[in-house]
Amino acid sequence: MAKKIAVETTINGEETVFLCEPRQTLLEALRDNLGMIGSKEGCGNGNCGACNVILDGVLVNSCLVLAPEIEGRSIVTIEGIAEGGALHPLQQKFLEHASLQCGICTPGFIVSAKALLDDNSAPSEHDVRLWLAGNLCRCTGYDKIVRAVLDVAENDA
Amino acid sequence: MQAFDFVAPTSVDEAISALAAGGATARPLSGGTDLIAQLQEGRLALDTVVDLKRIPELMAISVSGDGMTLGASASCHSINNYQAIRDAYPALIDSTHLIGGTQIQGRASLGGNLCNSSPAADSIPNLIAHSVTCHIAGPNGRRSVAVEDFCTAPGRNVLENGEFLVALEFPTPPANFGAAYLRFIPRNEMDIAVVGAGASVVLSDDKSTIQSGRVSIGAVAPTPLFVQEAGDALAGQPVSEETLAKAADLAKAAARPISDMRGTIAQRTHLSGVLTQRALRIAIDRARGTQTVDELGRLNGHG
Repeated sequence: MAKKIAVETTINGEETVFLCEPRQTLLEALRDNLGMIGSKEGCGNGNCGACNVILDGVLVNSCLVLAPEIEGRSIVTIEGIAEGGALHPLQQKFLEHASLQCGICTPGFIVSAKALLDDNSAPSEHDVRLWLAGNLCRCTGYDKIVRAVLDVAENDA
Repeated sequence: MQAFDFVAPTSVDEAISALAAGGATARPLSGGTDLIAQLQEGRLALDTVVDLKRIPELMAISVSGDGMTLGASASCHSINNYQAIRDAYPALIDSTHLIGGTQIQGRASLGGNLCNSSPAADSIPNLIAHSVTCHIAGPNGRRSVAVEDFCTAPGRNVLENGEFLVALEFPTPPANFGAAYLRFIPRNEMDIAVVGAGASVVLSDDKSTIQSGRVSIGAVAPTPLFVQEAGDALAGQPVSEETLAKAADLAKAAARPISDMRGTIAQRTHLSGVLTQRALRIAIDRARGTQTVDELGRLNGHG
């Protein structure tokens, strides 16, 4: 059994140290070691996007990152999206557009959409659909999700 | 996942030592989009994972008058956002924009795509069209291999135990050079190629004659194929549909696909010709300066 490693990192702006086994994914470390259960495991192999986090400004699947890889890096998870107790506009618009049903995919969609708007504050519908192609939702049919993201983008513009 | 040790060396020499110490059950890690998925599924059991992404040479991108050197672990995301690459090697973006979705591109590297050595890898026909050289490091020093000679079988390549890919070197595109990569999938995004085709041409100064060409097709053989005879058939020929059709026929003849869940032998053979001809048309348009990467994005289902 490999020894546990202490990982020093920044999560949602806070410097954090946690212990993990090298074989743990970032998703497992977030959920099982840190109790941050907002990031969901859908497929566990990079197909569904439910576990997406932003790693040094870049959208990634946390199930395809090993926890020790984030030593010295900075990540943003779904828990870091709300702005000081107030819902982020994306979260608010997801509610208004009823962009979720079972909710398992929602954290991943919100994080992905946040990364999109950080990259491009005025995306077209095509941009939104292409960017979110790696996030799977079995409930909504996607349209309400796309509408919510576009609504935020328009309000920002 | 089964337990393993994790090391993150900061130099090529340290990585060579770490891989040597780990022996046959050590593997290098870049973006992890193949390796970690294989570990998760139990298809691979390792004792040591050597993360290469802390090694500056593996992450470096340099574009100059002497060509381009891409660190093997640089992500598709970093390539997509590198303006000098978009300017000098726009066709490369055809591949880096369609490997997985946004979050896969955030991690996946061209070096990893090559070392995973899937016959359907979306970057390899493109790298072959661009005449890329692979720089390898290992316990016996450094060596270089032409990219068309890198893959040897599905999931296998020329890397010996303890060796890893350090960088991909692209020659400076000659004047009037253009390239393109196209793949066929039954959906718009997020799928594995039924067939892929990479092509490049160098046109004469008046842009009416093809001086030289390169054609490569993927997912139609145990490895991505370099169809040298198709490129040879283009050399010295006028830019015409007839010329392109000849090259496409040679690509079709070179394809030796299997039938599987993604496509049949007949469909893949047919597509080898169609995609070769279309990729050549785009390569020619680009060599003439009449097509941009964004327009091609639409052809690949991005518009």
